[in-house]
Amino acid sequence: MAFHHRPDAPELPDFSMLKRLARDQLIYLLEQLPGKKDLFIEADLMSPLDRIASVSILKRGRERHREKHQSAASCTPCTGDMPASKQHEVDKLYKVENKPVLSSSEQLCFLVRPRIKNMRYIANLVNADKLAGRTRKYKVIFSPQKFYACEMVLEEEGIYGDVSCDEWAFSLLPLDVDLLSMELPEFFRDYFLEGDQRWINTVAQALHLLSTLYGPFPNCYGIGRCAKMSHELWRNLEEEEDGETKGRKPEIGHIFLLDRDVDFVTALCSQVVYEGLVDDTFRIKCGSVDFGPEVTSSDRSLKVLLNADDKVFHEIRNEHFSNVFGFLSQKARNLQAQYDRRRGMDIKQMKNFVSQELKGLKQEHRLLSLHIGACESIMKKKTKQNFQELIKTEHALLEGFSIRDSTSYIEEHIDRQVSPIESLRLMCLLSITENGLIPKDYRSLKTQYLQSYGSEHLLTFSNLRRAGLLTEQAPGDTLTAVESKVSKLVTDKAAGKITDAFSSLAKRSNFRAISKKLNLIPRVDGEYDLKVPRDMAYVFSGAYVPLSCRVIEQVLERRSWQGLEEVLRLLNCSELAFTGGTKDDKAPSESLRLILVVFLGGCTFSEISALRFLGREKGFRFIFLTTAITNSARLMEAMSEVKA
Amino acid sequence: MNRTKVDEEEYWNSSKFKAFTFDDEDDELSQLKESKRAVNSLRDFVDDDDDDDLERVSWTGEPVGSISWSIKETAGSSGSNHEGREQLKSRNSFSYAQLPKPPSTYSLSSFFKGRTRLGSFQSLSDALTDTPAKSYAPELGRPKGEFRDYSNDWSPSDTVRRLRKGKVCSLERFRSLQDKLLLLEEAVSMHDGNVITAVLIFLKRTLSKEVLFRELEVRQVALRHLIHFLKEIGDQKLLLDLFRFLDRTEELALSHYREHLSIQDPEKRKEFLKTCIGLPFSVEDAAHIQDHYTLLERQIIIEANDRHLESAGQTEIFRKHPRKASILNMPLVTTLFYSCFYHYTEPEGTFSSPVNLKKTFKIPDKQYVLTALAARAKLRAWHDVDALFTTKNWLGYTKKRAPIGFHRVVEILYKNNAPVQILQEYVNLVEDVDTKLNLATKFKCHDVVIDTCRDLKDRQQLLAYRSKVDKGSAEEEKIDAILSSTQIRWKN
Repeated sequence: MAFHHRPDAPELPDFSMLKRLARDQLIYLLEQLPGKKDLFIEADLMSPLDRIASVSILKRGRERHREKHQSAASCTPCTGDMPASKQHEVDKLYKVENKPVLSSSEQLCFLVRPRIKNMRYIANLVNADKLAGRTRKYKVIFSPQKFYACEMVLEEEGIYGDVSCDEWAFSLLPLDVDLLSMELPEFFRDYFLEGDQRWINTVAQALHLLSTLYGPFPNCYGIGRCAKMSHELWRNLEEEEDGETKGRKPEIGHIFLLDRDVDFVTALCSQVVYEGLVDDTFRIKCGSVDFGPEVTSSDRSLKVLLNADDKVFHEIRNEHFSNVFGFLSQKARNLQAQYDRRRGMDIKQMKNFVSQELKGLKQEHRLLSLHIGACESIMKKKTKQNFQELIKTEHALLEGFSIRDSTSYIEEHIDRQVSPIESLRLMCLLSITENGLIPKDYRSLKTQYLQSYGSEHLLTFSNLRRAGLLTEQAPGDTLTAVESKVSKLVTDKAAGKITDAFSSLAKRSNFRAISKKLNLIPRVDGEYDLKVPRDMAYVFSGAYVPLSCRVIEQVLERRSWQGLEEVLRLLNCSELAFTGGTKDDKAPSESLRLILVVFLGGCTFSEISALRFLGREKGFRFIFLTTAITNSARLMEAMSEVKA
Repeated sequence: MNRTKVDEEEYWNSSKFKAFTFDDEDDELSQLKESKRAVNSLRDFVDDDDDDDLERVSWTGEPVGSISWSIKETAGSSGSNHEGREQLKSRNSFSYAQLPKPPSTYSLSSFFKGRTRLGSFQSLSDALTDTPAKSYAPELGRPKGEFRDYSNDWSPSDTVRRLRKGKVCSLERFRSLQDKLLLLEEAVSMHDGNVITAVLIFLKRTLSKEVLFRELEVRQVALRHLIHFLKEIGDQKLLLDLFRFLDRTEELALSHYREHLSIQDPEKRKEFLKTCIGLPFSVEDAAHIQDHYTLLERQIIIEANDRHLESAGQTEIFRKHPRKASILNMPLVTTLFYSCFYHYTEPEGTFSSPVNLKKTFKIPDKQYVLTALAARAKLRAWHDVDALFTTKNWLGYTKKRAPIGFHRVVEILYKNNAPVQILQEYVNLVEDVDTKLNLATKFKCHDVVIDTCRDLKDRQQLLAYRSKVDKGSAEEEKIDAILSSTQIRWKN
C-alpha cells in the first residue's frame, strides 16, 4: 500500500552536497575571525544548523571530518592532529535572546537572521563593553544575507566599524531527499502582508545556486507576482554570470514557481494525510518533531527526525490517516513473527540472528512503537475536538453548500472559546470560498471573536483583510469590478490614489468558479476508496483536489498555460503567469521527468503528498523547494498581531 | 479512522481561555530538562549506541550533543546582568567617526555619510563642512582602484546592480530629485526589496518628508517598503505622519492603537486606550475600542476588589476556589465566566455582576447562557443551572427553554460531571428524537433510552440495548417488563 515509485521513475539528484557547501562556508567564515571565540546563535537558526553541522565541527574548525555519504551531520571529528585548526575554535555557544550574557571571551561572533532586533541586541552588547572600557572583536554573520536596514541600525547605534559583517548564504536546507527548505517562515508575512520584497533576491540566489550545481532548467513555468519577480531577478543573475551553467547537462527538466496566495484554500484545510496530521498536531520543525510523553509512553519526550530514512514513516507519510492503523498493525504482526523465529534456532543461527537482524528489528520496533504512539495521541486529540464535525464543515465550505450551518458552526466555535487560531482559520476558509463574508456575518463574527479572544485582535482582522484572507463582501460587486478595471487602465500612480493597490483592490477569490473549471471537487459515486486513491483528492479524504497541485498538473500536461486563460483570469493572474527556460534540446529524457516545484510563501505536507502521488501515477518525480513548511495554524499565526 | 464520537470537546476544559489554569511557567528550564531527558532517553530506548543509519545521532547519542543542546548548557551557567537599555541608549551620541573604520570593506557610511546622530537630517551646510566622511571624496586623492568605487559615473541601473551585490556604491551623486527618483524606479524595477529599502533610507535622509511622502504616494511598491521599514525600526512618529499625509486614517488609528500592546502597567494601558477612543476608526471598530477601554477599566476595579477579598480569607468562594490568575487583560468572555464563577448572585448595580457585564457589553443571550452554564456547572451549582433555563409565562407556569439548544446543554453538563439525574432531565428536553437517543446512549441515561424506545415502539432497538446494560440491574428488569408488556404494539 505504501508509495512505491514506478520502476522507470528518474533518480533524484543528490542534495547532500548543499549541506556540505553550507557547512564549509560557515567554517570558512568562522576562520575569518581566528582564535578562540564565543558564538551567539539566533534561536531560529539553531535547528537548521543542527541539520548540517555538529557542535564538534564548530569547535574544531575545519578538520578532515570524513563524510559518510548519507548522514552529513553525524561526522566525527578527528582528534587534535590539526594544530592549525585550533585557532579557529568556538569556545562557548550562546543563544541570542533578550537577556544580558556574561561572556569572558575576547572575540564574539554572532550568527543571526538579518533582523532589526538582533542589531539592537548586538549594539547593546557592544555599547555596554565600550562603557566598561572593554575592547573585544565582534563579528556578525548574517544568514542568508545582510540587509541595508540592519547596517543602518549598526551605524546609528554607533558601532559600525566596531563589528565586521559577513554573509552566510545558507538558504537551501535539504530536509529530505526530495524536499529543500529555505527555512524562512517570515517570508510569508513580509511579502504577502507587508509587501516587502526583501527575500526575492534570496530566492533568486538560491535558484541560481541550484542551476549552477544541477544544470540549467530547460522548462520553466510560474504563476504569481512574487514568482514572476523572482524569475526575472534570477534570469538577470544568470545573465550577469553567464557561462557558469553553460555546457552543463540539465539534471532537472522543469521548474515551477508558485505564489502561496494563488491558493490559500489548500493551506487552510485540516490535513488528513499522516505527515500533515503529525505536523498539524505536533508541529514538525525543521524536519524533526518532538514527541511528548503521551506518544513515547514514558515520562520523556523524544526528538525524532522524520524523513525517508525512517523506514516506517516513509511508508505511511503520504497515506490517508484511516489507512495508517491497518498498516501499522500489519507491520507489528510481521515484526512479531520475525522475532518469533528465534525459537527453535540453534546456537549458530542465533548468533547470526543477533549479529545481523536483531539491530534492524530493534530499530524497526522502536520506530513502530513511536508511530503507533503518535497515532493514538492524534486520535485522542482529534476525537476530543470532534474532528469529524470539523471536517464535515470544511467539506461543506469547499463544496459550497449549507453555508448558514457552517457559519453557525464557526460562531459556536468562537463562543465556546475553542482555539483562537482554529476559529480564525475557519473564518478565512469561509471568506475565501465565498468571495468574502456578507457584511452582517462579518460584523457579528468579528464582534464575537473580539469578545472571546480579546479586543486587540482588531489588529489581526486588519491584517487578514489586507492580505485578502478575510474580507467583507463589498456592497455590490460591480464596484470592485470597476475598481480593478480602472487600476488596469491607469498606471500605478493614479491607482494609488484610489486605493492602496496591494490591499483593498478587492481581488475576488472566485473559488467556486475556479473549482468548477478545474474540477476540484471530484464527483464520487459511492464511497471514495482511500486505500486505492484515484486522484490527488485523497489527501483531503476524496473531497477536494488541492488547487495548487491541480494547476501544476494542468500546466505540466500542456507544457504551457495555453487553454488555462479563463482559470488565470479567475485567479487574478492573467498578467502573472509565465513560461521560460533554456529550451535545451539535449536535455536527457530522464531529466524531463524531474520537476522542481518552488512554493513562495510556504507549502503544506498535504500538497507534497498530493504531488508525490501525481508523480507516481505519471512516472515523474517531484522535488520541492519551499520558503518554509507551512500549515493553516502557521499562516494564521503569521497574521496574528497578538503572539500566542 | 475511528469516527465514533465517544468524547465531545471539552468545552471550557479544553479551551485556551478556560478560566484559571494559566500555567505560565517559564519553559526555559523545563526545555533544558526535556532536552537532556531526550538525549539520555534514546540511548536506553534503543539500548545500543553504535551509530544509527539515521541522522538521529546528532540529536541524541553524541556526548557533545546537538547545537541547541549545547547552547542550553551554556545558558544555564551564565549569570544575569541587568544593564538597562535606556542607559545604553544615552551613549548613542558617541560618534562612529572616531572609531577605526575598515576602509576596504564597503561601508554604508560612505553613502550615508555625515550622519553622526540618531535621527538627524543632514542639511546642506553640514554636507559642505569638513566631516571625516568626506575623506571618501575622490579629490582627496584615493588610489585609482578605489576611486572607481566611489566614482560618480555609475548610472542608476549600475548603481542598483552594485547595491544588490552588496558592493560599495555611493548614492551621494544623486542630488536632484529627478536623479533620486530615477534611482528609486530602477531599484523597484529590479524587484530586490533590500535595494529598494537602501535607496529609501537614502531618500529619507536627503529629502524633506513632504517631498518624500508626495513622491511615494504614487509609487506604491516603494511606499510599502517604507512603511514596513518604519514599522521595523520603530519610527512610529514618521509612520503616523506618513499615514496622516496619505489620508489613511484607519491605518493611522490602528497603528496608534497597536502601541498599547507594549504597555504592561494596567493603569497606564487604560489611560493609553482612552487616548485611542477619539481616533478615526471605522464606526464598528470605534465601538470595539470603547469596549476595550471599558473592559479594562472594569477589570482593574474587580481585580483590586477580589485580590483584597481573597487575601482577607473571609469569602468562602475564594477560599474554596482560589484564583489562579489575574483577570486583567483577559477577553470579555473570560471575564464573564469569572464573574459568573465568583460574583454570580451580585445585584446588577455592581461592576462585577454578570448581569451588569451582559448589559454593558451587550452580550448576546446565547453567549451569556453558554458562559453562565459552564461556570455554574463547574461549581456544580445545579440549582443555578436549572434557573438558567426556566422561564415563567404570564399564568405562572414554568417552562424550560435554552437558546443554545438542550443538546449543547447536556454536553456541557456531562463535561462537568453532572450526576445522571440531572443529565437525564436535560436529555429529555432535547427535541429531536434521534439526537436525544444518541445523547442518552452516549451518556448512559438508561431510563431515557428505554422510555424513548418504548415510545417509538422500537422493539429491536430495545432488545439491542438490553445487551448493553448490566446483568441483573434495575434497567434490565425495566426492559424486560416493557418487552413482555402486552399493551405495546411494537413496530418491529
